[in-house]
Amino acid sequence: MASEGDRRASLEVDEPRRSRIVGALGSGGDGRRGVAIALLSTIVFLVVVGVAIINSPGWPAVHKTFLSWTEFKSSFPEIARAFLLNCKIFLIAECLILPFALVIAVLRSLPGPVFFPLRALAIVYADFFRGVPTILVISMLGLGAPALQLSGVPSSVVFWGIVSLVLVYSAYVSEVYRAGIESVHPSQEAAARSLGLTRGQTLRKVILPQAVRRVIPPLLNDFIGLQKDTALVGSALGAIEAFNQATIDADATFNFTPYLAAAVLFVAITIPLARFTDWLIARDRRRRQAQGLHT
Amino acid sequence: MNTSAALEIEGLRKSFGDHVVLNGIDLSVGEHEVTCLIGASGAGKSTLLRCVNLLEPVDAGRIVVGGEEITRRGVDVNRVRRRIGIVFQAFNLFPHMSVLENVTLAPKLALGQGRGEAEEQARALLDRFGLSDKVEAYPDHLSGGQQQRVAIVRALAMQPRLMLLDEVTSALDPELVAEVLEVIAELAAGGMTMVIATHEMGFARDIATRVCFLDDGVILEQGPPEQMFGSPREPRTQQFLQRIVNARRL
Repeated sequence: MASEGDRRASLEVDEPRRSRIVGALGSGGDGRRGVAIALLSTIVFLVVVGVAIINSPGWPAVHKTFLSWTEFKSSFPEIARAFLLNCKIFLIAECLILPFALVIAVLRSLPGPVFFPLRALAIVYADFFRGVPTILVISMLGLGAPALQLSGVPSSVVFWGIVSLVLVYSAYVSEVYRAGIESVHPSQEAAARSLGLTRGQTLRKVILPQAVRRVIPPLLNDFIGLQKDTALVGSALGAIEAFNQATIDADATFNFTPYLAAAVLFVAITIPLARFTDWLIARDRRRRQAQGLHT
Repeated sequence: MNTSAALEIEGLRKSFGDHVVLNGIDLSVGEHEVTCLIGASGAGKSTLLRCVNLLEPVDAGRIVVGGEEITRRGVDVNRVRRRIGIVFQAFNLFPHMSVLENVTLAPKLALGQGRGEAEEQARALLDRFGLSDKVEAYPDHLSGGQQQRVAIVRALAMQPRLMLLDEVTSALDPELVAEVLEVIAELAAGGMTMVIATHEMGFARDIATRVCFLDDGVILEQGPPEQMFGSPREPRTQQFLQRIVNARRL
């Protein structure tokens, strides 16, 4: 019963999606003919661009300095090792940003004059850290904070790099959360409060689950940005992460191919992240449709 | 004051900015009585119900439920609301929860019921109102009539001593109105004290102990349904009912 429901539900989901992709490929044509035209025009386009690039006067030099297979092979292992630091920074920062930004967003949506100071604090925070370029925050905190020589506070650049990223990204993510919270209709709160739920229970059980679900795609979008910005910890503070390692390699050999290696590594993480987002959304929709169908 | 009254309202006033919505409401509802509020849109029916459930703070006046004044300062609004169920025109089910979760949420959180107890009670109520096959369904997949019946069950699960129904059939397709009215009639037969804002005049005539005509923020006229629909005293009431008759709704 349930499996039949699932199957019917997945058909329901897959059908429109497939036709949308086919539609995008065909864009105007219909069905198989549309796909053929899309494929053909894509191939023609790529061939024209490719021929133009390869025949450009600077191509041999660019090919040598950016696309050297030998350089790629020799620099890749070390950059990949350095890339683990990017992943570490990303994961730690993300685990801190998710709850911290939620707190900021909730503070900002507290009603009534009593909470004005907290609301104001949240607004100032979000405005400030969205207004200052990330690289400036990282530079100021990463170079300034360790100089204070506070006892018990780590002075490592990675630590302060993570702190900076958490501060900057929490400002963005709190705005995403807030948009989600405000998108939940006030009647939902009225319904929950009318049943005798407290404000906190209403927020936790009724408002936030709906709000967060709605903002998962923009949330993941911000995390793709975060993963890329981990490179700033290397470029501004000198931590040996993938970008900095690539720079070191490039400076040593006068060949820029290591940058390509670093780029490949970043894309290898960010693209699956994007697909994972899609999968999450689809799974949620499928679950709800399956429930509806087999009852 | 009559202490046996389930709900007692005295001199209730409520404005939104300059707009006076309730301009001195006096109303007394006895235990097991069904009071129907009728009147044009904007007469203040919904606001009155929302005030009784403390969803809107009142500007002046008193509301007493079961002998306790709920409009006094420092009252525990959450405790008060647990005893007063309200059902909205737009259902307002929680879309991210199944029917069972919708119904058991408040008993678990606000009454501290265990999961087993809450679910057992919920299933019994859903069964009673013909929804036993929708227990695991999500609100998106229910018809309007089913959603509204779930909303009624959700309010009943808190075992309220007073139910407020705010135009609960106004958002429904005509063919779905009957199933919801049947549920309300069953509640009335079971002795539930209810205050019902409605545009269903035929239903009000059949079910009400008393009918109140709201006009411009006051209860202009009230009485038993036979008198209110048969020989209304006030010209404004006559006018209103005549318009309803002309629209073939009575």
